[in-house]
Amino acid sequence: MRYTIADLKRGQKAVIKHVDTDELPIKLLEMGCLPGNEVELIQFAPFQDPMYLNINGSYLAIRRETALQVEIQPIEQNPGL
Amino acid sequence: MSKQINVALIGNPNTGKTSVFNALTGLNQKVGNYPGITVEKKEGICKLPRGVKAHILDLPGTYSLNATSLDENVVIELLLNKNDKDFPDVAVVVADVENLKRNLLLFTQIKDLGIPTILVINMADRMRRKGITLDVTLMEERLKTRIALVSTRKGEGIDTIKDLICDYKHLSTEPCLNASLIDPEYFNGLRRAFPNHDLYKLWLVITQDVNFVNLDRQLVADTSSFSTHSKSALKRLQQKETIMRYQFINGVLKEGYAVDINVAKGFRATLDRLLTHKVWGYLIFFMILMVIFQAIYDWSSYPMDFIDEMFASLSEWVKATLPAGAFTNLVAEGIVPGLGGIVIFIPQIAFLFLFIAILEETGYMSRVVFLMDRVMRRFGLSGKSVVPLISGTACAIPAVMATRNIENWKERLITILVTPFTTCSARLPVYLIIIALVIPNTRVLGMNLQGLTLMLLYLLGFGMAVFSAWVLNKILKIKSRSFFVVEMPNYKLPLFKNVAITVVEKTKSFVFGAGKIILAISIILWFLASNGPSDTFDVAEERVAEQVDVQGMTPAEFSNKVSAYKLQESYIGIMGKAIEPVILPLGYDWKIGIAVISSFAAREVFVGTLATIYSVGSDEEETIKKRMQAEVNPVTGEALFNLASGISLLLFYAFAMQCMSTLAVVKKETNSWKWPVIQLVFMSVFAYVVALIAYQLLK
Repeated sequence: MRYTIADLKRGQKAVIKHVDTDELPIKLLEMGCLPGNEVELIQFAPFQDPMYLNINGSYLAIRRETALQVEIQPIEQNPGL
Repeated sequence: MSKQINVALIGNPNTGKTSVFNALTGLNQKVGNYPGITVEKKEGICKLPRGVKAHILDLPGTYSLNATSLDENVVIELLLNKNDKDFPDVAVVVADVENLKRNLLLFTQIKDLGIPTILVINMADRMRRKGITLDVTLMEERLKTRIALVSTRKGEGIDTIKDLICDYKHLSTEPCLNASLIDPEYFNGLRRAFPNHDLYKLWLVITQDVNFVNLDRQLVADTSSFSTHSKSALKRLQQKETIMRYQFINGVLKEGYAVDINVAKGFRATLDRLLTHKVWGYLIFFMILMVIFQAIYDWSSYPMDFIDEMFASLSEWVKATLPAGAFTNLVAEGIVPGLGGIVIFIPQIAFLFLFIAILEETGYMSRVVFLMDRVMRRFGLSGKSVVPLISGTACAIPAVMATRNIENWKERLITILVTPFTTCSARLPVYLIIIALVIPNTRVLGMNLQGLTLMLLYLLGFGMAVFSAWVLNKILKIKSRSFFVVEMPNYKLPLFKNVAITVVEKTKSFVFGAGKIILAISIILWFLASNGPSDTFDVAEERVAEQVDVQGMTPAEFSNKVSAYKLQESYIGIMGKAIEPVILPLGYDWKIGIAVISSFAAREVFVGTLATIYSVGSDEEETIKKRMQAEVNPVTGEALFNLASGISLLLFYAFAMQCMSTLAVVKKETNSWKWPVIQLVFMSVFAYVVALIAYQLLK
């Protein structure tokens, strides 16, 4: 299943897997939204939009439609390794 | 005398770049515009050791050299144009110690342009509290630069920056990243096609949407010796470039920078939980709004009354002191009241900018944008439209200018177009006098009916702004990508110096920018009101003497009659009579017509104009009110100001576009006459129709 930032729950962390460069502004990439970086959902506004994130140490808010373009790999709560 | 050193101050937003600029230049700064555009240009002079001076240019905050807004274009255009008189001898990049990773991205880009670059790491006083340690020597070595650790809050490190600027010739100009590694094949092609150009600069020219003086984009596109890439291929390369830059930065920070995470979090998270909460967040925002309104309408009324009296007595004084004549009249009736009309807004504008500056400085404004975005988007607006709409309740002029940080053009345009609907302070005097005339001073459900009406008018203005935004969103066919990315900065206590400078600068730019137009129009209106066709206008005294019984009239009463006659026969009186057939269905006579026309200079002129027309001879509010109450409608024979015509006037003033200064600013911000003309026609026609319906239903 394809997970995106829009699937994150509050306080949940994930690693960015793929970024659709055609759909996203270069500004977002430069703020650290790049494959391999960690993303954490801090807060949503009502209707889960916009989303307040910590990406790679940068705190920023993006709209849900943008969040849908960033694929993630959720970090397991219990890695069990 | 040696040449000044040209310094460009560059940095991400929210890094305290402006604090560094203020610390370097003090009050030795001036704010202007870049030629042809309305982007603010801030520059200042800094005295360095050994008698050297530096010219400091505070460039607009930007996250990178990949420009996405007009403000950001300025940065890259300057840095790529060696012939610009402001081209920096040395670039000072300001970074926030808590966001070094992201801030260094811009630093590496600047460094790769081959400009000598100094890195200022600001907010160093927060390091211990945030558990941060830095190895400055190692970072200087790896980044091939000199670093100044600065705390503008404590005033530390500013001298280090000055010393480094003095010694700029010793800075390395070696790049951080070898650009050709992004795509060796592509860059080899570039090198072959343009052997004399710097590769990284070429790359920027190709990827940016900016007009460059030195290098024609078409030239790049036409040169077939290398294959140009499609837009999306270029963007993938840009992503690769960004990743490579972060790899480099991560490498540097891994060795030179450490954070103890356990110390770092806490305060920010707690405050965010409260301020972005889905209930408390909105409640707190609402309370802050109440305080701002209180300040704008209540607290500022004291200085405003004072200014009003000052200018009234100044006008009297001029009349009494200067020899009578056309020049004295121009000064006493045109220029002084015109200036007064500008100065009277200073308290409100200053209060508004004080609050906005504090909200921005603390980092709270971004939380408001976050909370409001979804709601506003329903109406084709953005979360970032909240600031202009709030500002609009003081004055639409700074409000329209505050739309600049909305990246999406359609959302920005809609915000600009609807902002003038919000009830600006110029409407207030008009509302107050008409409400006092036509709305009974009784209580309904424990609320004062007059106060309730005033509140309804505010809600009406705001509701109309939102409603027309919704309509415009449906009508306007503008394709624009929504690039909504808002940084959520750390919470900080506002620096008094920064807030004070912002308030002074913004107020000054209002007084000298909008003020010029208001003054000019006041003078024109004065001329139109005090001159007329000579055959009737110049013989006013005789005509009045013929018409009325002079016997038993005091000289003051006689001169009031004469000025009323003069106004009637003046050019503006003729204009008022000419439009009377149009405004009669709204319940107005030609005198109100004149007041409506003169309101196009500034709405609050309405009251003063009526005062002149009814020859009250004083601006005393009670007197004007009594006189207005006694006025009779020539057609119906009833009181002219009754519920029907009063409501009709209130609605007309609520909706009509009666502010030339706002139109001028809209023209400047949208770069075309199309939008201000549409605004003028749409708002005024709408106002007319609503006022017409209201009067016809109520009469």
